[in-house]
Amino acid sequence: MATPATVHAHAPQGFIRRYIFSLDHKVIGIQYFFLALTAVFVGMFLSLLMRIHLVWPSANLPLVGEIKPETYLTLLTMHGTIMVFFVLTTAPQGGFGNYFLPIQIGAPDMAFPVLNMLSFWTTFVAFVVIIAAFFVSGGAPLHGWTGYPPLSAVQSAGPGEGLGADLWITSIAIFCIASLMGALNFITTTLDLRAKGMTMMRMPLTVWSWFITAILGLLAFGVLLSAGILLLMDRNLGTSFYVPLVVVNGQVMLHKGGSPLLWQHLFWFFGHPEVYIAILPGMGVTSQILSTFSRKPIFGYKAMVYAMLSIGFFGFMVWGHHMFMSGMSPYSAFAFSILTMCIGVPSAIKTFNWLGTMYKAHIRFQTPMLYAIGFVSLFVSGGLSGPFLAQPVLDIQLHDTYFVVGHFHLIMGVAAIFGMFAATYYWFPKMFGRMMNEFWGRIHFFLTLAGTYAIFMPMHYLGMAGGTRRYSDYREVKYLATLIPLHQFMTYAAIITIAAQFIFVINLFWSMFKGPKASDNPWESTTLEWITTTPPPHDNFGGVTPVVHNGPYEYGVPGAPKDYVMQTDPAVVATH
Amino acid sequence: MGLALLLLIWLITLVSTYFFVAKTWWLPVGAAASAGFIDRQFAITFVLMGIVFLAAQLSLGYIVWRYRETPTSPPVSYSHGNTTLEVVWTLLTAVLFIGLNLMGSSVWASQRFDPPEAGAVKVEVTGMQFAFYFRYPGPDGTYGKTSPKLMDPSAGGEAAVGLDTSDPAAKDDVVTGTMYLPVDREVDLSLRSVDVIHNFFVPSLRFKQDLVPGLNIHMHLKPTAIGEYEIACAELCGLGHYKMHGMVHVVSQEDFDKWLAAREAEKQ
Repeated sequence: MATPATVHAHAPQGFIRRYIFSLDHKVIGIQYFFLALTAVFVGMFLSLLMRIHLVWPSANLPLVGEIKPETYLTLLTMHGTIMVFFVLTTAPQGGFGNYFLPIQIGAPDMAFPVLNMLSFWTTFVAFVVIIAAFFVSGGAPLHGWTGYPPLSAVQSAGPGEGLGADLWITSIAIFCIASLMGALNFITTTLDLRAKGMTMMRMPLTVWSWFITAILGLLAFGVLLSAGILLLMDRNLGTSFYVPLVVVNGQVMLHKGGSPLLWQHLFWFFGHPEVYIAILPGMGVTSQILSTFSRKPIFGYKAMVYAMLSIGFFGFMVWGHHMFMSGMSPYSAFAFSILTMCIGVPSAIKTFNWLGTMYKAHIRFQTPMLYAIGFVSLFVSGGLSGPFLAQPVLDIQLHDTYFVVGHFHLIMGVAAIFGMFAATYYWFPKMFGRMMNEFWGRIHFFLTLAGTYAIFMPMHYLGMAGGTRRYSDYREVKYLATLIPLHQFMTYAAIITIAAQFIFVINLFWSMFKGPKASDNPWESTTLEWITTTPPPHDNFGGVTPVVHNGPYEYGVPGAPKDYVMQTDPAVVATH
Repeated sequence: MGLALLLLIWLITLVSTYFFVAKTWWLPVGAAASAGFIDRQFAITFVLMGIVFLAAQLSLGYIVWRYRETPTSPPVSYSHGNTTLEVVWTLLTAVLFIGLNLMGSSVWASQRFDPPEAGAVKVEVTGMQFAFYFRYPGPDGTYGKTSPKLMDPSAGGEAAVGLDTSDPAAKDDVVTGTMYLPVDREVDLSLRSVDVIHNFFVPSLRFKQDLVPGLNIHMHLKPTAIGEYEIACAELCGLGHYKMHGMVHVVSQEDFDKWLAAREAEKQ
């Protein structure tokens, strides 16, 4: 078990085995990265169309024509689904986790390289299936990424609820299978393949975050998979898990006795841990980068580990806070509410520790650091709207309004994406052997930080005023019509921010071929990926097995020859 | 670079805070008995979270500028953390968050666990793609039977909710597309849906509840100010979700009686 049988010192030479059906975790990581990059542009394009439609409802757009109300709903459904599954779950874990988890623990590859390849290609199939939903008769589904039945279970409940909805749920089910395979691999690798001296409490916080995320994935995706299969059966085989006796368009449906709330429970039992699946790797990479670019040990390493563990633990007990208005027993709202407040505590600890890390430090402002600082700011802003939504009485006003949209976009959308940007700028030199352009990196950062706040902060104002979400047109209801100027502002901000993302893409591809050559350790970091060559050899350490003597963040050690001590250097301090 | 970051983070923080404090956009004026409590709880949460928001963002901006690396920076303070500090801020946050939560629970309880006051006005709300219907049980105080087989959404009114006119209790049931409620009297609501999940959201009455097919949810509320308040569906229910809205007319008891009598008369 401890030695992956398929790892060889030399990579296979054929193009297909080397770059397409590769067993090398580094190649697979890059495949995941590019899949997520493709998905994020699809998802972003859909959001652009939505923002344009809200402000210019009858505009005749090039390529897509006029957006009808039902098209608007398919846009938001596909935007949410693609972003949550194929970006927020895929890039931080499948992409960076795959590439760097084995290297950071001193392993030559993942524990199960074939399984690793399978999980990528299964994810790829899931992506193809969901994109296919756009092109089938009736188009993509309009039931939102949460897919609440009966809307999602009854084919006649709306356009797109036919074959499009079947493809949607099939894609999610395939994605679940891929994620389960990935999760097993991550957990086994972390537990079994650590190098000599790499105790759990010497693992970089990034490794901890991928490890905990994998555990969440293992427990959550199985539930969503089962829920999805039941939904497919309700849709096609005449079962009634989620559908009671309903009359749709005057037609009495054949279902009876099912419970729409059952789906919500199963969905959110997955859905809430999913939030942490998206954000935990961002927390890990933020910790790693803040410490590196502050030239100071992370403040409270153990507290950070325990905070992530308790976030993961509590993450499974709060799903009901999505359902305060759903008709769920109002008594259970108390329990879910208190537990939700509890999860705010470890989140606050992390913020304190990040500030503590930068206190009395030597902060260097390269682009990865800017994004890590941006992550902290967004995490605070997105997190502090949580205690509003966690209170059932306030949820009476805020549930299903833009306040919620602003909340989750800041925290699990933009903050998580800032984590990915930070990771990209930080690890790009190791992955591609060249440096990204600093100047354009900084321009990209400032435009994106200001731009995303300009898009998502006004959503809170909108929500307080009762601005309901998922409306394709706000002119029908009088009080909603008065809020249209805010929508206009958000749309302008979105157009500018989306345009700024092309700076990133150009920088990425230009640097891949033309950037200055990167040294082995350009950021003067301490973890194991920086002791090996750039880019790393096929078996990661060129036949040498690293031996670890130090914790992951030994910066500024008094009396040390340099201001950073590699994990493999002779032990300097007995810290852990 | 540190200064640019400080300025940007502070600017974002102060501009965001300005619009909250100036209440440029805020909760609509409350017109129900629960509004006072909900709004107070909102205000308390807002002040506490606002303080944390300002403190965290302003210190983030300050710290990144103050501790930027310069040729003359003193050596970093080499530290792996401080257990006492960790315990202190864990406890503080726990007390703040959980305390806030406990304060807010009583209104939630009273609206849901206590029965409505005696003599409450009974109204049934039915949601369907894409309209709300309101049913008043009439002088007998009893809702007549409804049947899914009789439902005809295109006909509207009684036929839309599937009222079984052969049931004697249904004879005096009034079904309307607009809701009328008497002021300062408790309303005993029955909430249901015939097709998909809808949500009965009246921002000014601080009321929101999903209408779930298969469930008949009972809640109560008390409007306290005469006026017209918009209803908006707050659960994605299909392509017409955006135009599923309605109006609550809160009127004096006298006007309410007149209105209801006129509807009964129309029916005969």
